[in-house]
Amino acid sequence: MANYKMHILVCGGTGCRASQSEMILDNLKTELETKGLSDEIQVIQTGCFGFCEKGPIVKIMPDNTFYVEVTPEDVKEIIDEHIIKGRRVNRLLYVNPDNQEHIADSKHMGFYKKQLRIALRNCGFIDPENIDEAIAKDAYQALGKALVEMSPDQVIAVMKDSGLRGRGGGGFPAGLKWEFAAKNASDQKYVVCNADEGDPGAFMDRSILEGDPHSVLEAMALCGYSTGANKGLIYIRAEYPLAIERLKIAMKQAEEYGFLGKDILGSGFDFEIELRYGAGAFVCGEETALIHSMEGERGEPTVKPPFPAESGYLKKPTNVNNVETFANVPVILLKGAEWYKSIGTEKSSGTKVFALAGKINNVGLIEVPMGTTLREVIFEIGGGIKDGKKFKAVQTGGPSGGCLTEKHLDTPIDFDNLIAVGSMMGSGGMIVMDEDDCMVSMAKFYLEFTVEESCGKCSPCRIGNKRLYELLTKITEGKGTMEDLDLLRNLSEVIKDTSLCGLGQTSPNPVLSTMSNFWDEYIEHVTDKKCSAGQCAALKQYIIDPEACVGCTACARVCPVNAISGERKMPHEINQDICIKCNACFEKCKFNAISIN
Amino acid sequence: MAKVNISIDGRPLQVEAGTTVLKAARDQGITIPTLCYMELEDLCIEHNPGGCRLCTVEVEGRNNLAPSCVTKVWEGMSIKTHTPRVINARKTVMELILSDHPFDCLICAKNGTCDLQKMAQDLGIREIHYKGEQSTYKEDYSPSIIRDINKCIMCRRCETMCNDVQTCGVLSGIYRGFEAVVAPAYEQDLEKSPCTYCGQCVAVCPTGALTEVDHTNKVVRALADPKKTVVVQTAPAVRAALGEEFGMEPGTLVTGKMVSALRRLGFDQVFDTDFAADLTIMEEGTELLGRLSKFLKGDKSVKLPILTSCCPAWVQFFEHNFPEMKDIPSTAKSPQQMFGTIAKTYLADKIQVKREDLVVVSVMPCLSKKYEAQRDEFKVDGNPDVDYSISTRELAHLIKQSIGDLKNLPDEDFDRPMGESTGAGVIFGVTGGVIEAAVRTAYEVHTGKDLPKLDFEELRGFDGVRSATIDFDGLPINIGIAHGLGNARKLLEEIKRGESHYHAIEIMACPGGCVGGGGQPLHHGDSSIIKKRAAAIYEEDKGKAIRKSHMNPEIIKLYEDFLGEPMSEKAHHLLHTSYFDKKKSTFIES
Repeated sequence: MANYKMHILVCGGTGCRASQSEMILDNLKTELETKGLSDEIQVIQTGCFGFCEKGPIVKIMPDNTFYVEVTPEDVKEIIDEHIIKGRRVNRLLYVNPDNQEHIADSKHMGFYKKQLRIALRNCGFIDPENIDEAIAKDAYQALGKALVEMSPDQVIAVMKDSGLRGRGGGGFPAGLKWEFAAKNASDQKYVVCNADEGDPGAFMDRSILEGDPHSVLEAMALCGYSTGANKGLIYIRAEYPLAIERLKIAMKQAEEYGFLGKDILGSGFDFEIELRYGAGAFVCGEETALIHSMEGERGEPTVKPPFPAESGYLKKPTNVNNVETFANVPVILLKGAEWYKSIGTEKSSGTKVFALAGKINNVGLIEVPMGTTLREVIFEIGGGIKDGKKFKAVQTGGPSGGCLTEKHLDTPIDFDNLIAVGSMMGSGGMIVMDEDDCMVSMAKFYLEFTVEESCGKCSPCRIGNKRLYELLTKITEGKGTMEDLDLLRNLSEVIKDTSLCGLGQTSPNPVLSTMSNFWDEYIEHVTDKKCSAGQCAALKQYIIDPEACVGCTACARVCPVNAISGERKMPHEINQDICIKCNACFEKCKFNAISIN
Repeated sequence: MAKVNISIDGRPLQVEAGTTVLKAARDQGITIPTLCYMELEDLCIEHNPGGCRLCTVEVEGRNNLAPSCVTKVWEGMSIKTHTPRVINARKTVMELILSDHPFDCLICAKNGTCDLQKMAQDLGIREIHYKGEQSTYKEDYSPSIIRDINKCIMCRRCETMCNDVQTCGVLSGIYRGFEAVVAPAYEQDLEKSPCTYCGQCVAVCPTGALTEVDHTNKVVRALADPKKTVVVQTAPAVRAALGEEFGMEPGTLVTGKMVSALRRLGFDQVFDTDFAADLTIMEEGTELLGRLSKFLKGDKSVKLPILTSCCPAWVQFFEHNFPEMKDIPSTAKSPQQMFGTIAKTYLADKIQVKREDLVVVSVMPCLSKKYEAQRDEFKVDGNPDVDYSISTRELAHLIKQSIGDLKNLPDEDFDRPMGESTGAGVIFGVTGGVIEAAVRTAYEVHTGKDLPKLDFEELRGFDGVRSATIDFDGLPINIGIAHGLGNARKLLEEIKRGESHYHAIEIMACPGGCVGGGGQPLHHGDSSIIKKRAAAIYEEDKGKAIRKSHMNPEIIKLYEDFLGEPMSEKAHHLLHTSYFDKKKSTFIES
């Protein structure tokens, strides 16, 4: 093996690849070749670094230089200056927005300071397509330890003690789930990895699979060992081609190394993993729907009980865990339950990965200990609100979560706290909204998603969400009545109360939480026919100031629906009933006589 | 069975462990409303997707409401079935369902027999607060069944019948969310699918989403046409169910009143399909004995078991699913078609009416018979042997629209010759009946002896697959019976694997046989009705003077005067058919 002096890590996550990180990689290799440095400097494509806002990321090791927003054209300078001459390229360093200073090492950046990466521990550090790098970072050690030193029950005991809860959204204790599957005797059992990440904006599972696939494969084998399953299935959406490709490579390598397949590490334990592709239905993230989809049935949920641990895939005991949950497992087994429990809160141990999105400066993927407050996440890690605007709300838990406000900012994030304040953890989506966001429109946006993604099996979800969406549309168009608000609340509560699966049981959350936190905004839309945020086009009013209008008729001529009338050289007027808010008059007026209410 | 203590609406009680809240409440006389749930207890069919969410109840300690149809009781469970929260949820869900349902109840085929309508009435829905977009799908007209799926409420009962019971796999949920609906794959028309038209989907549809193609107007027009002579045949299962449409107890035999009603409707001759059933036995029984004796003589080319071929849905089923075995079923036409052929040849000649002026109407418990009647091989120069096939339900409508009631009509008898029938013909209407009728004749023809006992109890019953060995005077004949196409599939797979030990198998597509046909009065989930109809059929058999097909004097005369003998060349030409490979005929339009 070559003894490299330096390593250049290039982010190979989907986001950075979309910003030409592959070309950066190619240019680096070519440039090093030209300079005759290929034997001394190694270029590695890693998984996601998380700081997607500033991608593509290039990191130089061992000096820990973290270059941001790198373009393929920057490669030559990096090689000439940094690699050859040993001088950092300052213009590619991250700039601290508070004091405009350059920061070279990521651990000093606000984005990384408060993060603790367990599930993402290897993302951005190793080449996910090279099992040796994973092994160098302890991959398959936990499996070896379990197979050699521990009984299945002991593994489950560690998992139970650790307090690890399902990261897919439900927050059910993973160890307990394993125990249920272990206790149901059967000739065949299955371990299923749920990689049907469906929340809009969430990409933690994808990043883990793209950046550190072996952590998941190892965890599945551990789960198989402890529950008595020798077959694993990864249900992954077909829209994740890179994750699929890397998983395939990882599975092949793991088999070659004897970490998967027959008689793993000579222990007599067999474990095989297969990939199953989903078509991307949100509801297939629900474990019973996922199982039906794998069985070739229509992807829709069935009533629990029976739980998959009793009757799952092909009616056999099946343990389903999400990618992030699995990614935590090997470390827990290596470092122990006590270590894991020391991180996080009393009832939610460990860390949680969040996908930060929306009107926030540092969009990206972060991992923080449970108990970190929303304020720390949004303002310290997230760098605050974009363009100096005012924070208005944060939607946690994806489309089925709730909308939290200023008063919730100091809530320590964990499963139970989020539910207590009317939202939920979900799979870790976090969308930040500022003063320009209308909360009614926001609720409508999420409902549009759930309407689209409902499987249609149960009536309240199938029809109720559609009616919720229609009511919200009516309100955002200024046609809502106070009675509609009553209907909206009743319907939301009934849908939650009567729907079959988690999708319908949570889909009205954005409505209910905005109604309780932003009631005034609903009233404003309904009684004043006004949208302060200015997002509801139908509620905008274009008004001509008679003092400023000179009667040039330019606005009347440009209006496509003849909504503007007035004599020449006399102030004009806009007929609000006809106006379609196209903005044409506003753009045309040279006298700033037209304003928008 | 272990018991658990629960309380329903504050009243403590003991119920069987493992039972559902719905059943526990029903046993207490509390009817929790349901729409999607269906249990056909006697046929061992349960459908509980937990989809409609009308049956929700409050369970102490549970955050959300529990669907009672799928929630099992547990020790100490406290259930409240009608709190304001529960009633509000049910009414809201009902309003939602209605908000996506056409408001054309008064002109809907299911008006008055619609479960959705009844449930809305029971829940006291007087206003729909949640209005909005309604689903629009294209209507689908097949030869037998109309799908107006704008009326589909996604109860999925049809899917259970089509997939789990009949294993036809035609209907399933397609699309997502608000657009979700039950339809053939890719929303193809039924006619392009392997649908057998058994009509079991129609029989369980709670709304007007699935109904039969209505031929009553065509029949009325034919009856009013002075140039036409219109004769009618009535299948055995009709007389055991028609009364239900007029408020009579299930299982009331209305043979005489039915004949009387048909005469009053203006049919020139009122005949009985039972006559043709006797004829079928003569042909099919002879075919069985022929194949059997060749087989016993060691002829390897003979295919056994012989399968009955009276049921058109079953024929359609094997043509689609087992075309490689299409030479195994009997080639005998079904009674409906034998009747049509004989009516348009023998009878037409006898009453001196030209084929094109003779209209043959059949009243059937079946929707597939509509499809069968229009198959090309049952036409002569484009003129079908059976012009119109109407269901029991359609006949009830005809009677209601033209003469009102049935109850007060006098009993009358069928016309001759084609109204003469035996008890063997009657029992065609129930599972096991065709083979029992065949045994009665085949035994006597084969052994030359009189049967000591005509009631073959061993062939009767409602188990999905049954078998019996009948002693043909020293020759053991193995008989298999299946009702429901899923059960039929099991026997066919057995034959395919070369493991079948049967000499003859009777198959009927509908659970219970024709008494449970897709054209019968709706049972609304009460499968005991089907059993009562079957009992009525056996009762009619018992009351018949002649109970063996080969003893039917009009059949004997028909052979003497016209056909010669069973399986004669003429009989073969008129009374037998052949089958087609339809496996490739279903296609998906891109």
